[in-house]
Amino acid sequence: MLEIKNLHARIAEDETEILRGVDLTVNAGEVHAIMGPNGSGKSTLSYVLAGKDDYEITEGEVLFNGENMLDMDPDERAAAGMFLAFQYPIEIPGVATMEFLKTAMNAQRKARGEDVLSIPDFMKRVKAAASHLNVSMDMLKRPLNVGFSGGEKKRAEILQMSLLEPKLCVLDETDSGLDIDALRVVSDGVNKLRSPERAMVVITHYQRLLDHIVPDVVHVLSKGKIVKTGDKDLALDLEKHGYAEYIDTAA
Amino acid sequence: MPAVQETIEQVKAIDVDQYKYGFVTDIESEKGAKGLSEETVRFLSAKKNEPQWMTDWRLDALRRFQQMDEPDWARVSYPKIDFDDLYYWAAPKSVEGPKSLDEVDPELLATYAKLGIPLAEQEILAGVEPKNRVAVDAVFDSVSVVTTFKEELKKAGVIFCSISEAVREYPDLVKKYLGSVVPITDNYYATLNSAVFSDGSFVYIPEGVRCPMELSTYFRINEQNTGQFERTLIIAEKGSYVSYLEGCTAPQRDENQLHAAVVELVALDDAEIKYSTVQNWYPGDKDGKGGIYNFVTKRGDCRGKNSKISWTQVETGSAITWKYPSCILRGENSRGEFYSIAVSNGHQQIDSGTKMIHLGKNTSSRVISKGISAGKSENTYRGLISAHRKASNARNFTQCDSLLIGQDCGAHTVPYIESKNASAQFEHEATTSKISDDQMFYCLQRGLSEEEAVALIVNGFVKDVIQQLPMEFAVEAQKLISISLEGSVG
Repeated sequence: MLEIKNLHARIAEDETEILRGVDLTVNAGEVHAIMGPNGSGKSTLSYVLAGKDDYEITEGEVLFNGENMLDMDPDERAAAGMFLAFQYPIEIPGVATMEFLKTAMNAQRKARGEDVLSIPDFMKRVKAAASHLNVSMDMLKRPLNVGFSGGEKKRAEILQMSLLEPKLCVLDETDSGLDIDALRVVSDGVNKLRSPERAMVVITHYQRLLDHIVPDVVHVLSKGKIVKTGDKDLALDLEKHGYAEYIDTAA
Repeated sequence: MPAVQETIEQVKAIDVDQYKYGFVTDIESEKGAKGLSEETVRFLSAKKNEPQWMTDWRLDALRRFQQMDEPDWARVSYPKIDFDDLYYWAAPKSVEGPKSLDEVDPELLATYAKLGIPLAEQEILAGVEPKNRVAVDAVFDSVSVVTTFKEELKKAGVIFCSISEAVREYPDLVKKYLGSVVPITDNYYATLNSAVFSDGSFVYIPEGVRCPMELSTYFRINEQNTGQFERTLIIAEKGSYVSYLEGCTAPQRDENQLHAAVVELVALDDAEIKYSTVQNWYPGDKDGKGGIYNFVTKRGDCRGKNSKISWTQVETGSAITWKYPSCILRGENSRGEFYSIAVSNGHQQIDSGTKMIHLGKNTSSRVISKGISAGKSENTYRGLISAHRKASNARNFTQCDSLLIGQDCGAHTVPYIESKNASAQFEHEATTSKISDDQMFYCLQRGLSEEEAVALIVNGFVKDVIQQLPMEFAVEAQKLISISLEGSVG
């Protein structure tokens, strides 16, 4: 589903190179975890996949279901089924969460040539998804992410993910800012979305998230390259020994 | 929100030219002589069959106007207006006092239909039952063309007619109240208006009556080189209530057109007036050519105890806007409100705000202003909050928020606060923000196009004010705002 080949990317403004030849293939039905120390390029990878224009691609390619994703605008990627759960979700003042959900869902449906949702159909879907994530009606009426707690923000991200039904989910440090209970709710929400048709890339610093969302494959990203790939035990190993070994390898 | 979706579709349908009301109605019209003189004023007054006292009132204003200088304190710049190169009277030829819709030129009705104004009462008779009925007074160039629902309003004791008709039919009311809020010497443009005002609406709500429907006026400038000088007077007697809305459009022309209106509101004891404006005069083309000069004096007088006046305005049009709807809080416990959305794009210049003048005890006021600047426009909020010596316990809360879209526009906030009473409490909050790249990226990541993202973020920004508008106009206003901002990103 997702093929990243020799991807090099730098910050457009100051030309600092962040990604230095990333290779990664994620098939439908798989969950891949990407771990790595601070500054290794994890978040950059997620932004580059979503099409943020702060970055320049200098080399390599990204194929999404065989199509060149780097040629697509961010909204086209979204409509094609690429979803990024943000590490720091953005506040949209004055726009009720419910309204945002509807606008986003219908925008994607229109881009794919589908009919817009009827209000009852939309409400049914929102209510079902919200109840799984402990999202109250009251929260849905508040402006998106404005004054939300860390846990509420992440739950709102997963709520969007479940309603937009993406093919590829990239979760950028979804565990940051969550207490243990919230972590469980969010992880359960993510696990519900695991399916043979869907691929997931879970970016995290810590093993603990992977206790809840058990990955098929674990990668270590260091200095802009994947330096080690293994199964879920690799994460446990990292938890014990830290990243030092891999930082040296990359250097 | 469906409005956002509809907005996008509408914007797409409009093509390059954003202004959808830019058409010209081909209708035979009658114009007075060009230029501003005693002769012009006498001609105009005679055209309208006005009594002598009205003609004298106008001539008095003209003499004063000739001694006044154009004010230059506003943050707007434009070439000097040649008042002798304007027509002060233009009227569709066929409509000298229509008695009913049947007598109105079909061409005119077609124009209003194009503007989306529900003039035809017949629709209702034919069984089309709209949710909310709105009585409309339509002003085309210098004259009021038709006023709907007159009979039904009369049953409730409400007078809703053109100001010309009021001068003839209700001279005592007009004499008593005209110029009592905005005196003829008030300011340059108000004085000009007093001399040459052509038409406008008159509303009188008798004691204890709650006006049974929304009242509304639509203003349309059609003729070339014509100034529109309308005059609106609304009187709410003790314990009465009225909600009034005005909408404005003009054809697309290369020359600038002048609009200098005066609106006076009088609220007596326990009365409430809610006045909403959706202003969409032609703003000029993308290079700043053409467009309406909009110099307007609007003022409400909370003359009675516990009275309340609320202004809500959505300003998206005009090349230049110079407008400060104000409240004089004279009665004890009276309350003034000002809710404003001012959108500027292209080369538009807006200098707008309000004055809340606290004279009586325990008076309160609230000001919420949302300015949105895009393109190469300049958008200024200018406001005065004052408490006079006797205004003990006066309260004001002001919030001014500005949103910038792009690199070449400006937002300015110029608040004046004067308090001569130690017990007055005035609060002022102001913010300036930009639609951030992060917000845009977040919305795009969720599948919104750039236009959809801007429309959504802006609608969120103005929500507090939109909520103050009557329901059916809130949707219209949201669409209008998004259309005005078309092409402001990317």
